[in-house]
Amino acid sequence: MNPSTLVLVGTTKGAFIFSSDDAREEWTVDGPHFPGEAVYSMAYDQRAGRSRLLVGVHSNHWGATVRFSDDLGLSWSGPERQAIRFPESSGLSLAQVWQIMPGRPEEPDVVWAGVEPAALFRSDDAGESWEPVKGLLEHEHRPRWQPGGGGLCLHTIVLDPTNRDRMAIAISTAGFYRTDDGGATWQPRNSGVRAVFLPDKYPEFGQCVHKVTHHHSRPERLFLQNHWGLYRSDDWGNSWQDVANGVPSDFGFAIQAHPHDPDTVYVIPIQSDEFRVVPGAQLRVYRTQDAGATWGALDHGLPQEHAFESVLRDGLAVDTHKQAGVYFGTRSGKLYGSNDNGERWTTLAEALPPICCVKTAVLAPS
Amino acid sequence: MTVSVVLPRALTPYAHGLGTVQLDVSCATVRDALGQVAERWPALVDRVLTEQGELRRHVNIFVGDESIAFLDGLNTPIDEGATITIVPAVSGG
Repeated sequence: MNPSTLVLVGTTKGAFIFSSDDAREEWTVDGPHFPGEAVYSMAYDQRAGRSRLLVGVHSNHWGATVRFSDDLGLSWSGPERQAIRFPESSGLSLAQVWQIMPGRPEEPDVVWAGVEPAALFRSDDAGESWEPVKGLLEHEHRPRWQPGGGGLCLHTIVLDPTNRDRMAIAISTAGFYRTDDGGATWQPRNSGVRAVFLPDKYPEFGQCVHKVTHHHSRPERLFLQNHWGLYRSDDWGNSWQDVANGVPSDFGFAIQAHPHDPDTVYVIPIQSDEFRVVPGAQLRVYRTQDAGATWGALDHGLPQEHAFESVLRDGLAVDTHKQAGVYFGTRSGKLYGSNDNGERWTTLAEALPPICCVKTAVLAPS
Repeated sequence: MTVSVVLPRALTPYAHGLGTVQLDVSCATVRDALGQVAERWPALVDRVLTEQGELRRHVNIFVGDESIAFLDGLNTPIDEGATITIVPAVSGG
């Protein structure tokens, strides 16, 4: 097999690398890397000719950091120092790295990291050293941000591919914020997004946004899975509309745009805040192909009874093959994949540790 | 002044395989001793203290047989010949 496709799986007890060819029918698994450490973030960066895996690792005893490999996990290089550090003046200490995202293609050495406590870090050397984005670190709203169940985490980073000065982030529990000046200032963009747990149901900020996704060809159109609520924005978050039209629950965590069609998005609904399993114990991915006007279930090959499963916010991913692969991992350690846009599913792994994140990469021909 | 800092196995890679770091400099407190260790092995101390200089939540430090949690924390004084032992707390899942 000539590996061309990677599925990167972060779990509570290490990282696993699944690899396959273009057909994505047979898989080999490598791992765990960093056994015993929680991996909530992974990314693959192949800009500027590099082949770099980046992993956010967290030891319950020894803290969190970012490690990387330039040989697909055969060896892991430094930095041995805790690479992401809050400045002393902040009074904050790194708890977890929730998101690692390579920057725009025209900024091939830029990598972003979203962390807990909620902050955004930028690397200008492909992930070896990091600096906090001060405009967000020193945001006037910070004292009023409250941690969600996973902690006060910045878990989502959305880049505008057409405008270097514009990007957005999401924080649980603070909401969705956007900068239009390269990170100097950040404005909350939560109009229309409900906060069921607050007396004011539509505050300026304070929403528990679980995940946001978009397609690079239509970056202003965003899809947001909220702590109750499934939304779309067509104006970079200036306003949001409810698009939970036909899902069994609008509670959930994972949401992922299709790699080629800006109107197609996948979600995995969860029954409720109090009972965080898939509705009816039927494991189903829901897909819209009309930007949220309607949603339909994808369940061929997935268990349809006694499936008390849950999928975390970064547990759903797509690859960029022409016929897209879709993958998700559950908190009970099962990894599922589809090589046909989600029409049919197979089980890639049945007994991994609880899965925190799933990411993919299609390798450039060597 | 001689102080011994005994490392758990997980941290020995950050001290080039040493199980015990010997300090031959003046250290008034546990914090001072860790500062001296950081001079030689900064990555090791990154694992013990946060970037704010606080002891990580699931790490215990003993001076002799007594946990500094029941003494004066990182400000616990140390004497000539003291043995400081770093131990991962009983935690996990």
